[in-house]
Amino acid sequence: MIMMKSFTKSQFNIKYGTIIQGKWHQNSYKVIRELGSGANGTVYLVDFNGNKAALKISFEPMTVTSEVNVLKSFSKAQGVTLGPSLLDVDDWVIGTQQYSFYVMEYVEGVHLIPFIRKNGMTWLPILILQLLKDLGDLHKQGWVFGDLKPDNLIVAGPPIKIRCIDVGGTTPIGRAIKEYTEFFDRGYWGLGSRKSEPSYDLFAIGMIMINSCYPQRFLKKEGGIQQLTQAIDASQELRKYKSVLIKALTGKYQTADAMRKDLLKILNGQTVSDQKRTVRRRSYNYNQTRQRKSRRSWVMGVIETILIFILISLLYVYYILGNIF
Amino acid sequence: MRPGTLKQILLITDGCSNHGENPIAMAALAKEQGITVNVIGVMENDVIDEYGMREIEGIASQGGGVSQVVYAQSLSQTVQMVTRKAMTQTLQGVVNQELKQILGSEVTMENLPPDKRGEVLEVVDELNETVNLEILILVDTSLSMKHKLPTVKEALLDLSLSLNARTGNNQFSLFVFPGKRKDVEKLLDWTPKLESLTTVFNKLTPRGMTPTGPAIKEAIKHFGKKRSLKGLLSGDHDEEFYEESI
Ligand SMILES: Nc1ncnc2c1ncn2[C@@H]1O[C@H](COP(=O)(O)OP(=O)(O)O)[C@@H](O)[C@H]1O
Ligand SMILES: [Mg+2]
Repeated sequence: MIMMKSFTKSQFNIKYGTIIQGKWHQNSYKVIRELGSGANGTVYLVDFNGNKAALKISFEPMTVTSEVNVLKSFSKAQGVTLGPSLLDVDDWVIGTQQYSFYVMEYVEGVHLIPFIRKNGMTWLPILILQLLKDLGDLHKQGWVFGDLKPDNLIVAGPPIKIRCIDVGGTTPIGRAIKEYTEFFDRGYWGLGSRKSEPSYDLFAIGMIMINSCYPQRFLKKEGGIQQLTQAIDASQELRKYKSVLIKALTGKYQTADAMRKDLLKILNGQTVSDQKRTVRRRSYNYNQTRQRKSRRSWVMGVIETILIFILISLLYVYYILGNIF
Repeated sequence: MRPGTLKQILLITDGCSNHGENPIAMAALAKEQGITVNVIGVMENDVIDEYGMREIEGIASQGGGVSQVVYAQSLSQTVQMVTRKAMTQTLQGVVNQELKQILGSEVTMENLPPDKRGEVLEVVDELNETVNLEILILVDTSLSMKHKLPTVKEALLDLSLSLNARTGNNQFSLFVFPGKRKDVEKLLDWTPKLESLTTVFNKLTPRGMTPTGPAIKEAIKHFGKKRSLKGLLSGDHDEEFYEESI
């Protein structure tokens, strides 16, 4: 029933119709088809009492436990809409072997890149706005998603909504990032540490936008912000978001919300400044000149009044003197 | 649980040993002293033959560690993954040992109910983040490795980036084999900054034989040197903790 597909990367190959029954909770799941697989396991579409669900099974029991821990704490923390909801966790015993699995909500949709290819680039910034909103909530709960990449994003709907799957890389803020993919990792590009902080995820969002315009991705040459800036400049689509992208890639955003606001500005036809401070100073200068201007007109007014007063007095003196003589 | 120090040897090679002691036996010797041996096989266009594969897997399994064979271009991600995986494996071993003492001989993490397993894993995660790590890197610099050395250097810098994101302390040391006059040569003594390897690495001249066994043997001794020196200075025996529990 289970076969190793290759020598280095062991994968499951569970046939249609196989019943996976849990040893602890006794629930039975009927395998419909494989949804996908990655480094940590294989995900199957299953039928549970007539409902569809996604079942992730792994050769590493602790991988399952670790992801379940994250999904559980999501369901405890209200307001976190990221990630599929958790339905069950159990072990499947066949013969002498035992495999851990968990069952989650089936997120029906297509991955980000195929979605954009089919529906057009207009959707890219909109999906990114949705994602930034959810990420902001996640960060507020003390987590960093970590392994953020198109493979782990599914566009569900309609109504169209982007969803994150695969919480294998999700790490509490302040710890070392658990799992990452080089193209989306700021450490790989020489643009920051692998400590989990919100800006780590925001870098990955920038790279997801780049990846959307470079579906084949590209290798690191000299790395750093220069190479990434060149890639942005070479793409008509990416140039629109250049200011936001550069800020995200160089760790200028402390929160997902700040990045979201800047992206919105661009979509609404406003420009995004590089740094907050210049904005403030500029408006301060503006006030100062206005003040100076009004003060000057006040002084002019006084001088004017005095001049008129002197002129009238002179005329009056002239008139009196003229009357005497 | 007190965090102690994890000790690892990271062997990076592209094939079979052909000189000196049996490397698998030397890996067993390391494990007996609480040192885990991880092996990474680097391929370029060539493939590693059946015999080489068996040796790589043999060293790691005997050394209680993890092995992986990769193409040079995916070396960075593999090096950090193998290191982290081996850390987790060792820490799980420690935790299982504790569980057996508390809950009886048959209990390990894997046969706890899923809920309890989750709680135990949180302990392992916490240790992973905070434990101190001593990692001795052994790089094969035989002739066939010549073109792969720049990639190896990149991968090691990348490893230090990953490990330095942790809260726990790291100590790195770098040996190459074969050395100039001896089988093994120390390039870098224990240091928290692996970045300093850049200069020494650029001056390397790859040469002849592949004395993997003697290299592991020498690496084991280097852990000893550090411990006794530290012991003299502080009388600290905390580090023995993991050795006993493995
Ligand atoms: N809840 C889900 N609903 C629908 N498809 C899913 C779900 N979870 C995973 N998948 C599919 O399975 C693939 C692999 O799952 P993932 O959790 O990313 O595995 P890995 O951790 O090994 O990368 C995903 O890319 C996705 O296509
Ligand atoms: Mg995945």
